[in-house]
Amino acid sequence: MKKYIETGKKDTRSGFGAGLLEAGKADANVLALTADLKGSLKMDAFAAEFPERFIQCGIAEANMVGVAAGLALTGKVPFIGSFAEFVTGRVYDQIRQEVGYGHTNVKIASSHAGITLGEDGATHQTMEDIALMRAIPGMVVINPCDYNQTKQATIAAAKYQGPVYLRFGRPSVAIFTPEDEPFEIGKTYVMNEGKDVTIVATGHMVWEAIKAAEALEADGINAEVLNVATIKPLDEATIVASAKKTGAVLVAEEHNSAGGLGELIAGVLAAQAPTPMTFINGADKWGQSGTPAELLAAYGMDAAHIAEAAKAAMTKK
Amino acid sequence: MAMALFFIKFVSWKQISLTIIMANIEKLTAIASQVRRDIVRMVSGAGSGHPGGSLGITDIMTALFFEEMKQDPATWTRSAKGQDAFILSAGHLAPVYYSVLSRAGYFPKEELGTLRKFGTRLQGHPSTEAGLPGVFQPSGSLGQGLSCAAGIALGKKIDGEDNNVYVLCGDGESEEGQIWEAGMFAVHHKLDNLIAMTDVNGQQIDGPTSEVAAIFGLEEKWAAFGWNVISADGHDFESILKAFELAKAAKGSGKPSMILFTTDMGHGVDFMAGTHKWHGKAPSAEQCEAALAQLPETLGDY
Repeated sequence: MKKYIETGKKDTRSGFGAGLLEAGKADANVLALTADLKGSLKMDAFAAEFPERFIQCGIAEANMVGVAAGLALTGKVPFIGSFAEFVTGRVYDQIRQEVGYGHTNVKIASSHAGITLGEDGATHQTMEDIALMRAIPGMVVINPCDYNQTKQATIAAAKYQGPVYLRFGRPSVAIFTPEDEPFEIGKTYVMNEGKDVTIVATGHMVWEAIKAAEALEADGINAEVLNVATIKPLDEATIVASAKKTGAVLVAEEHNSAGGLGELIAGVLAAQAPTPMTFINGADKWGQSGTPAELLAAYGMDAAHIAEAAKAAMTKK
Repeated sequence: MAMALFFIKFVSWKQISLTIIMANIEKLTAIASQVRRDIVRMVSGAGSGHPGGSLGITDIMTALFFEEMKQDPATWTRSAKGQDAFILSAGHLAPVYYSVLSRAGYFPKEELGTLRKFGTRLQGHPSTEAGLPGVFQPSGSLGQGLSCAAGIALGKKIDGEDNNVYVLCGDGESEEGQIWEAGMFAVHHKLDNLIAMTDVNGQQIDGPTSEVAAIFGLEEKWAAFGWNVISADGHDFESILKAFELAKAAKGSGKPSMILFTTDMGHGVDFMAGTHKWHGKAPSAEQCEAALAQLPETLGDY
């Protein structure tokens, strides 16, 4: 089994900020827009380097979405940044019409996603966003796993022609992917090869999955870990091949059980390779205040719970 | 002496421009009659749609596409670069939009008969899916077009382009909060290349605006938001064209312009005028004939 080393700790939103700056240097059409959350979205460096390409929209997210669509019609590549709830649920209709149906080249930068936002509580802990964005025809949905991958995913999103939903988070988490590995939109990354069970994870849950796989190895179980960094379009071939090989699949995500990655993969496998499955997610519940670690444990989403759920999937073979 | 000369020059310029305006008004009046015929026939043929508001903004749309905008059907692309742009925020007014685009040469007039039918590019509300020439952005969900237009205007500012961006909203539509978000944004970013229009017909689908919501005092509201506010008669071509001139004269001031056009929903057809009842209802075959009898066929029906 491949051994992953934690090379440091950083928030994935800082990876976005670093990627945005790189993308801005590479393409003068790249713009950054925010609704009064420049600092939280780590847009400071971009705004300092390109003040004329940073557009403050004030606390008016609906307008920001429309402005971004208009900017895209003039050939710009606008990134709109806010907290996950405020760039999805709050403006779903605006995204649907102006970005989705209009197929404008807008990049939606969604920070503080999932329960690991922590102390702010359920109003801000968005666990419905993947379902909402997945349901929009033509929308690319990316949920990278660490600082390095978020930086590279941001650079890739800027180069891609079309709407992109880029999801990342607030807490400082392990860095474990290579620093300069170009991000391939639509690819599921095989983090660890195994034969007994497949653990499919996305976003922050990938590191939890890797830790779970290490624990399982100590119990003599050889787990394959897949990082679904792009949820849409889904790399169905890699997932189906893994399911056929191991015969048991667990899906782990920081999202509501409805409409997330688990349901998506269950649908793919039901059609192509029916496989026993278990699921780790936020169920159909609201979050609450707490530290990220406390919340992951309390909602049954940490490495220990993943390892147990992997074993449960294997017993269904 | 210098002053007298200036005065003579001024008068002669006025006279020349007046002559041009008079000739243009004759042309625009003829086009508008045909556009109104198209609207009634299209909606009647489709069996559903929004004739009332379309008839109400026909004169404004005719002036915009046949006189005002710097946009050429021969070179039009969906990229808003290097040309004036127009967004129909009140997307349900698609019938007048399609008629005007077709009559201006963006696509063949025969296509007008396909409105709302399966496989058409003339969707019930404007769509970019099938690449209908002239349409920059889909609309239909209300309150969004002003934001999009502000984005195009900002893009043009960033690129140092001189073209203008036009957008048309409804007074009922202005009950949407996003309109006012866009109002603040456009002023903050000094988008004086943005020319917004509100179709003030006092009607919306559930009844007169005064009975539905407190959307009164639009002039004071937009002025308080910091806009250059112009009021005009949406059925008087001289008033419409003058309003556009006043809006363009504000370029350099940093203020976006809002033209409040007073209109009658259903204008041009006596039994459809001045009521919300034809907001979203198609005329029957007999009603269609009665309406067409009031509208001279000037450019040939599709």
